[in-house]
Formats: sequence, structure tokens, C-alpha cells
Amino acid sequence: MIPAMFEYHRPADVKSAVSLLQEHGDEARVLAGGHSLIPMMKLRMAAVEHLVDIQDIEELRESKVSGDTVHIGAMVTQHELINNASLAKAAPLIREASLQIADPQVRYVGTIGGNVANGDPANDMPGLMQCLDATYALSGPSGERTVKAREFYESAFMTACEDDEILTSIAFPATTAGFAYEKQKRKIGDYATAAAAVLITMGGKTCTAASIAMTNLSDTPVWSEAAGAALVGTNCGDADIAAAVAAALNDTDPTEDSRGPVEFKRHVAGVIVRRAIERALSRA
Amino acid sequence: MSKMHLKLKVNGEEKELLAEPRELLIHVLRERLDITGPHIGCETSHCGACTLEMNGKSVKSCTVFAAQANGAEITTIEGLAEPGTMNVLQNAFREHHGLQCGFCTPGMITRAHRLLQEIPNPTEEEVRHGMAGNLCRCTGYQNIVKSILAAASEMNAAKEAAE
Ligand SMILES: Cc1cc2nc3c(=O)[nH]c(=O)nc-3n(C[C@H](O)[C@H](O)[C@H](O)COP(=O)(O)OP(=O)(O)OC[C@H]3O[C@@H](n4cnc5c(N)ncnc54)[C@H](O)[C@@H]3O)c2cc1C
Ligand code: FES
Ligand code: FES
Repeated sequence: MIPAMFEYHRPADVKSAVSLLQEHGDEARVLAGGHSLIPMMKLRMAAVEHLVDIQDIEELRESKVSGDTVHIGAMVTQHELINNASLAKAAPLIREASLQIADPQVRYVGTIGGNVANGDPANDMPGLMQCLDATYALSGPSGERTVKAREFYESAFMTACEDDEILTSIAFPATTAGFAYEKQKRKIGDYATAAAAVLITMGGKTCTAASIAMTNLSDTPVWSEAAGAALVGTNCGDADIAAAVAAALNDTDPTEDSRGPVEFKRHVAGVIVRRAIERALSRA
Repeated sequence: MSKMHLKLKVNGEEKELLAEPRELLIHVLRERLDITGPHIGCETSHCGACTLEMNGKSVKSCTVFAAQANGAEITTIEGLAEPGTMNVLQNAFREHHGLQCGFCTPGMITRAHRLLQEIPNPTEEEVRHGMAGNLCRCTGYQNIVKSILAAASEMNAAKEAAE
């Protein structure tokens, strides 16, 4: 389990990291926490000639809540997401999901930037980011640009991030909506068989806003606009929830793998989406 | 491709060596520095046998390049007590049968050590959640949890007595 040879770089700022990426093109890769990339390199499923370790870039570790917007630096770890009180207040959904990712050792090093940039449909954060309608900031040779999370994922491991770009931070609106992240996994530390992120706002007895997203049920994270729409304007009774679950399932496209056949995954997805909606409602 | 000059502080001692960037931290420790406390169980980031403490975090050293650890402070099971003595956790594992074959034990204890720094008085559930990255094929975990809870109360009692 020894990866192929590579050259190791540890730039001190975003600019030098970007110029290393630019210089080495598709032979270079960013290394954040390494807990997705290193296993792939050990299996020799990822060929990397130049590894650009961004651990020394302090600005990528900052996170803040300013006004109604939450900003999280790409190198903020899952462990920090769980333990940061102001983030937990502005986006309790992030904390709830982070607690269900991997295990303690992985969470100390796994970063939010690596999790969303990886492009693996099994990663939990991309689904969350769909739900929260997050925006990613990317830095490249020609400066900064932003991409909506809902437009970032093209197919498995293919994203809008170019080879010479670094994802520097994530922003999304702070929310007091009822929230839930529900995840079905085979065992602790496993990726999701199916997972769902839900945000629901109630005005009196009527649902005024709902956002429903899912993890590992297609080759990209799924945001189901139709599922949210099925709840808005209703009192979220049993039939409304059933309609939302059906709409959500309609937007999935699971494939058979070690976590089960398609029929089983759809079944699990239905259960998980319903649980997430009910829990979010109980907190709305 | 050239070797890198690495500096690590392992169990309080400065170590310098040349290594290829692709060498994993666990291999550098075990094969170059003769620090064989951290074990290789799965080598695929799952079992936690290779757990050590790096800059105050529990990490799986089979999933860290030695190059990433350049400049880091590392504590392994060897660094938790003076040679020939045992710390509170080690004693608690012995007293409460927290080990059978012992293969997972260095990782377990090193992880539990960090857990108790962060949560000095954990509930059973917090211990189970906090130890979820370490697998044991022998004990069935009950006695591991018992050992950690016992160590926590002993450490807290000692702290109170000192105050
Ligand atoms: C045992 C185990 C269980 C796990 N379980 C889960 C789980 O249940 N759910 C889950 O979501 N994840 C899980 N993971 C993955 C873990 O959360 C990863 O750490 C995370 O997906 C990637 O973060 P990283 O910082 O380690 O990224 P890396 O591994 O360093 O990078 C991942 C990819 O993203 C790219 N990248 C990283 N940062 C940037 C950036 N700032 N800009 C541009 N590109 C970048 C890298 O080039 C690479 O291609 C698990 C991992 C392990 C080892
Ligand atoms: S040997 Fe590192 S996690 Fe198993
Ligand atoms: S005591 Fe044998 S693996 Fe844990």
C-alpha cells in the first residue's frame, strides 16, 4: 500500500499554491486532510506527480458568521465544525451532519473543502451544501470566482473546479429553519447507503419554505426542488410528506453496488427522507 | 525524485531523517525510528491500530505522509509513560481486562488519552462515540469502555485531591 512517487510542495499562501497548480497542470493535486486522496493514491487509483499540501495556508482556516452569512474556510476540519459554537448556532445542520461523518480520527483531519471538492457522491457535505444553497469561492490564475453548490457537480469526481483552481471558502445563509440530517450506513465510519438533509420553515401551521437534498443516490448530490415544493403551502400532514418523499425519490438515480441493489436503496432513501422531514418539522 | 529532510518531535525527542515524500508516517516511525508501538492493522484507514497523537489530534498514521508531519509534535503509546511504568489508562486496561491479544491496545489507549483530554468526565455514550475509529477483534469493547471510564474517574479523583 505504497503510492507512486511524487514531488511534495507546501506553499504558504493561495497565490503560490495556484501558481504551482498552474505550472504542473493535471499532474498536480491539492492535498488537504488527505483522507480521501491518500487512500486513492495508496490504491494507485489516483496518479499524482505533484502534491500541493495547503495545510500552511492560514487564511483557509478562518470561519466567521457576518450578518446573515456563514463563511467557512476550506481547511476547517470536521472536528472544528462540530466544536465551533457560533457555527453550530448559525447552522446546526452542519454540526449534526459532521457528527455522522467517518470516525473521530478522520474528523480531526478531514476538511470541509476536501469533502466538497472531492466530487465523490458518497461524501456527505455536498448534499448538505445543496440543501443550504451554498456558494463556493474558487481561486485561480485569473483571480476569484464563485460557483453555486447546486451547479458545481457534473458527474462522479467531475466538478466545476479547474485543475489550476483552489476552493478557498464556502458561504451560505444562516438559518433558523427546522433542520435534520439523517443517514443510513452499514456501520460506524461508513459512507451513506442513503442520506438526506432537510430544512423546513413554518409560518404558523403552514410551511413557507422547504429544502430537501440527498447523498449517494445518484452520481452527483441531489437537490430535489420538487420535494421541497410539495411541502410549501401545506401543513405538512402525512399525505404532504408522502408526496414530498415520492418527489424526492423521483429525482434519485441510485446504482447497484456493495451497499445493495437499486430497489433496496430506493426503499432506504424513502425511509430516510421521511425521517429527515419529520425530524426537521419537529424542530421548525 | 529526491528525498526530503524531515524534522519530527517524537515523544519529546527531536528526530531528523531523510525520507521520500510518499513514505507513510507509520512506516517511518516503525521502520526508521524503531518506534513500534503504533501497529499496522488494516493499512486502509479503518482499524485505528496505527493511531497516534499529532499536534494534539488523534490521527491514523497509515493515512498521513511523513512529509505532512514535517515539523509536527507526535506522541505514541511509548510517550504516555516513563519506560518501565504505566500511566492511568494503561493500568485501567490491565485491571479491567481492556485487552486480550493486545494488538489494538496502543491505538486504543493513545486515542483514549486524547479523548479524556477533551472530555475529562465522559458518559459511556461519549466514550463509545469517541472510540468509534478503533476496532478490536477480541474484547467485544465492553471492557475497553469500562477501562476508559475507570481511568477517567481515577484521573478526576486525583485532580480533586490535588486541588
Ligand atoms: C475511514 C473513512 C471513513 C470516511 N467516512 C466518510 C463519511 O462517512 N462521509 C464523508 O463525507 N466522508 C467520509 N470520509 C472522507 C473524509 O471525510 C475526507 O477527509 C473528506 O472527504 C476529504 O477531505 P480531506 O480534507 O481529507 O481531502 P483530501 O483527501 O485532501 O482531498 C480530496 C480531494 O479534494 C481535492 N481538494 C481538497 N481540498 C481542496 C481545495 N481546497 N480546493 C480544491 N481541491 C481540493 C483534492 O485534490 C482531492 O482530489 C471518510 C474517510 C475515511 C478514511
Ligand atoms: S492501520 Fe491505520 S487505520 Fe488500520
Ligand atoms: S485485544 Fe485483540 S484486537 Fe483488541
